Amino acid sequence: MNQTLLNYILQIADNSLILGSRISEWCGHGPVLEQDIALTNIALDLIGQARSLFQYAAEVEGQGRTEDDLAYLRIAREYRNVLLVEQPNGHFGTTIARQFLFDAYHYPFYKALMNSKDETLAAIAEKSLKEVTYHLRFSSEWMIRLGDGTDESHEKVQNALYDLWPYTSELFVPSETDNSALEMGIGVDLSEVKNFWNEKVDEILKIATLEKPQDGWMQSGGKQGKHSEHLGFILAEMQYLQRTYPGQEW
Amino acid sequence: MVDITSLEKKFQERIDSEIKIEPKDWMPDAYRKTLIRQISQHAHSEIVGMLPEGNWITRAPSLRRKVALLAKIQDEAGHGLYLYSACETLGVEREDLIDQLHSGKAKYSSIFNYPSTTWADIGAIGWLVDGAAIMNQVMLCRTSYGPYSRAMVRICKEESFHQRQGYEILLTLSRGSEEQKAMLQDAVNRWWWPSLMMFGPNDKDSTHSAQSMKWKIKRKSNDELRQQFVDITVGQAKVLGITLPDPDLKWNEERGHYDFGEIDWEEFWNVVKGNGPCNRERMAARKKAAAEGQWVKDAAIAYAEKQRKRKTETSRVA
Repeated sequence: MNQTLLNYILQIADNSLILGSRISEWCGHGPVLEQDIALTNIALDLIGQARSLFQYAAEVEGQGRTEDDLAYLRIAREYRNVLLVEQPNGHFGTTIARQFLFDAYHYPFYKALMNSKDETLAAIAEKSLKEVTYHLRFSSEWMIRLGDGTDESHEKVQNALYDLWPYTSELFVPSETDNSALEMGIGVDLSEVKNFWNEKVDEILKIATLEKPQDGWMQSGGKQGKHSEHLGFILAEMQYLQRTYPGQEW
Repeated sequence: MVDITSLEKKFQERIDSEIKIEPKDWMPDAYRKTLIRQISQHAHSEIVGMLPEGNWITRAPSLRRKVALLAKIQDEAGHGLYLYSACETLGVEREDLIDQLHSGKAKYSSIFNYPSTTWADIGAIGWLVDGAAIMNQVMLCRTSYGPYSRAMVRICKEESFHQRQGYEILLTLSRGSEEQKAMLQDAVNRWWWPSLMMFGPNDKDSTHSAQSMKWKIKRKSNDELRQQFVDITVGQAKVLGITLPDPDLKWNEERGHYDFGEIDWEEFWNVVKGNGPCNRERMAARKKAAAEGQWVKDAAIAYAEKQRKRKTETSRVA
């Protein structure tokens, strides 16, 4: 079994699953019906990506585990998502800022992953890129509307940016898995992803009349399985039935 | 001067010869009001109905189930949109309709005031609640008002998919462990009677029915639809290996239908009046979403306004 490949797939899948779970919390509670539907679309895309990736991870591992075993039976310490995606939804502005900061990473990430030597990963990246292109457009447009909307919306989304900023640098700090995957030609060069991200963030914040926060102390640990307190609650809810009634079909 | 009586006569003739009424056609005020009340009530039901199911999105027991549930609830939001649009063709604004929901002036289907407490409830809602809704909706595909009828055709296709999905959840539980089977039976015990109540009061007590039938807004009575639902559902319950919680339920050879027990109308009217287990929570959740969404709407409007001004300024410069 290729351990680097497996770890790399899980790292990508966990980001999509956890962000998708967060976004799915909006379903039925969105600010207006149209945005409720749009957010649910994003959640569906992200959880769909996670499913493709977990299915592939299970195949690579070859131990007979399934996509659901990987999602429902790993503990928080085994999850490898970045801290950004597990942050709470907050208000609509917080959700949009978190989405934008992640989409501006996710888009160039998948674009680069399309060149992976691993054909399955490249194919998943190609399919996902179509979805993420839409996510980035959606979150960029809302960053602009909220930033350049009313004083209240400007302040709300600006504060959300300040709050989330410390979680952004982790996206680009390569984990051991990132480095090995890059060496093997299956992974992505995060420094290139970072260039795109910087340009995109500068471009959109400028149009949105928002200030780019100063880089201060940055949080990290997600890629090593050292998470914030939030992930435990996400998993507790998600895994509740599988843990309460082990080994059942649902 | 236009003679109202002759307009009404022509209107009824169109209805009788099965010609759809369209938004720009003349229609009696009472027809318009009845439609607005009924379609908006239906739209509100779709939106409030997202809540009991939404309750299980984060706890869905597999990724496949999670995605299916999300997609289903998203469909309901879409149904709400079609129906609000159909209502707007009658000269009302979505905002005003939603205000009426929040003020308690407009009603929504009482079924959504019951709690969804286990995963089996998600299956039971799909099977029984969507199943009961479909009976009504299939009839409404032929309703006399064009935009409503066309919205219902789209909605029906998706609803029958939802119902199968719900039944499949229950079928899986019925083949599972003893705990899963107990969860299934318990959910059906709780959802059976409220589902029968979805068809509304008995015909003799239904205030709006006779006129709605004459206008072909409705084409079958509450009791006819309820009977049709019971007849179809009993067989499906057998496949699940469950007991429907009604000792009076039995086949009546003479009638060619199942007989069933009396609905607890006191419970029905109580839930309609706001005393159901979740009436307060449901309304609180809707009002909270609206209140917390207000600044977002304001921002979108302010931004659009700024864009419009900028455009005018640019064109002036040019």
